[in-house]
Amino acid sequence: MGIEVVVEGLTKSFGRRNVWRDVSLTLPAGEVSVMLGPSGTGKTVFLKSLVGLVKPERGRVLINGVDMVSCSERQLYQTRKLLGVMFQDGALFGSLNLFDNIAFPLREHTKLSERQIRAIVEEKMALVGLAGEEHKLPGMISGGMRKRAGLARALVLEPQIILCDEPDSGLDPVRTAYLSQLLIDLNAQIDATILIVTHNIQVARTVPDNIGMLFRGELVMFGPREVLLTSDEPAVAQFLNGRRVGPIGMSEEKDDATMLLEQSHVDAGHNDGSGGEDVRGVVPQLEPTPGLPPRLAVQRRMERVMAQIHTLPPAAQQSILDSLSPIDRVRYGAPAAGEGVRS
Amino acid sequence: MTDQATRELPAADGTRHEPPVPVPVFGAGALRETGRLFALGAAVIRQTFKRPFQVRELIQQFWFIASVTILPTMLVSIPFGAVIALQVGSLTRQLGAESFTGAASVLAVVQQASPLITALLVAGAGGSAICADLGARTIREEIEAMEVMGVSPIQRLVVPRVLAAMGVATLLNGLVSVVGVAGGYFFNVIMQGGTPGAYLASFSALAHLPDLWISEIKAVIFGFLAGVVAAYRGLNPRGGPKGVGDAVNQSVVIAFLLLFFVNLVLTAIYLQVVPPKGM
Repeated sequence: MGIEVVVEGLTKSFGRRNVWRDVSLTLPAGEVSVMLGPSGTGKTVFLKSLVGLVKPERGRVLINGVDMVSCSERQLYQTRKLLGVMFQDGALFGSLNLFDNIAFPLREHTKLSERQIRAIVEEKMALVGLAGEEHKLPGMISGGMRKRAGLARALVLEPQIILCDEPDSGLDPVRTAYLSQLLIDLNAQIDATILIVTHNIQVARTVPDNIGMLFRGELVMFGPREVLLTSDEPAVAQFLNGRRVGPIGMSEEKDDATMLLEQSHVDAGHNDGSGGEDVRGVVPQLEPTPGLPPRLAVQRRMERVMAQIHTLPPAAQQSILDSLSPIDRVRYGAPAAGEGVRS
Repeated sequence: MTDQATRELPAADGTRHEPPVPVPVFGAGALRETGRLFALGAAVIRQTFKRPFQVRELIQQFWFIASVTILPTMLVSIPFGAVIALQVGSLTRQLGAESFTGAASVLAVVQQASPLITALLVAGAGGSAICADLGARTIREEIEAMEVMGVSPIQRLVVPRVLAAMGVATLLNGLVSVVGVAGGYFFNVIMQGGTPGAYLASFSALAHLPDLWISEIKAVIFGFLAGVVAAYRGLNPRGGPKGVGDAVNQSVVIAFLLLFFVNLVLTAIYLQVVPPKGM
């Protein structure tokens, strides 16, 4: 089973500029989580502080009992072997071909024979659709292929925690859908804890068990997917719908005058960029490809969510209750479909 | 489970807690950089003895640094030896001590010129290449990716480069000594009409074995410095490809300044500790 990641009161600044402060959340073991946020809100910095590449001033990141913020160099390198990180543009070694890139962690950390390494690397390359490209250099392939090669490299050591930095940026919608399916299939197969940092709404709606959102230097929310997808929070609603009207502006801060002006434009019939429909609401989550084992995380998550359901907003509660199967309904003592929220 | 529950946007009444802002102190930046440079140097020494040792990378780097420095070093050391021979030759003639021309120019070449020429070329040709290579890898997140995979870039990349710079510097130092002395001989004997026998015979009049030792020790230390400075600047470029260019530039300048200063210190210590021959 994957490993839980506990983040407590994390605060990071670069010089005078505060990136985010007091971020606390728990990535539940073996579940898939998504961190949303507009560009420039420090999503990548957050991901890098989870693996100890960026040192926050305050707070703790606990992985397997090790605090990644303050532990020794030796512990840091030991713990990192449990992690697989997929960087934004792959971060492949430019001087090595794809095969050697993906074989790198195996050659550094294991004593496998070259034959075993070849088998593992070829398997992972086939998994991300790169079979037959072993001898190309990273400079010779497209950005999407580099990303997929980066994912393959992150997977060769069978990590317990997989962190993906914008796996979808630069990929077309079809490849993004394949990648989303791949991550869910991986979760079903190795039960790893997965965190995806993205601003792709389609990924956020269909892939994760839990969603969080960073905005204006704060963690706006983090919790079961139903909470964010049904939220009335203005920034969340604006982000999910891709509207210009709302607290998120082109630059970091947006003043009230601009908000009023934009609202008046919309009232006068000017399109606000969203296409007019509200895409909030819970859509069915991706399931593993038929033939693969079921995701163990689903049952664990249900136990966890049902234990805390009374703390969630009413809309989220309703949505969770609606999604229960009749058997689960009886099991958790929930009212039948459409009967309203248990108080 | 409170951290799982919904959180609210920061209050608009200014109650959000700002982290303390560090007060800028004059010179603190330079001090911090120096400290981090020393820390890298110490880390390199520590990790040199850590398994597994990167033999392959060391050989590649050794070959690379040697290949970019051998020819320029020879081309620089011939005229350098000649200049010293000509200068010392005319000086000794004025003083009436022509028989010591060979000894004086050998001392100057072996003790001072040779380690410095070696260091300047290792830092200028080898160090700039190391710095550019590591800088490009840093801005493309290759270094971070390596750290995340649990591989120390210092052990994997920096240690072999620094050791290669030291090794090449030591060997080049021998080359420069020979080429420089030969150049001095040629110019003194052929151009200034000096006596070949007297030139060679006076070698051992003033120079002795410790002069060769200090020369090699200097070369090793200079190679280490050039390697560490290049690696340090390469691992810390300031943003983008332009930053890498600046880092290469700075690494060469910083390395040169440091080399001349350390050379001064080492020479002063050597002259105090080792008595000159015949005294």
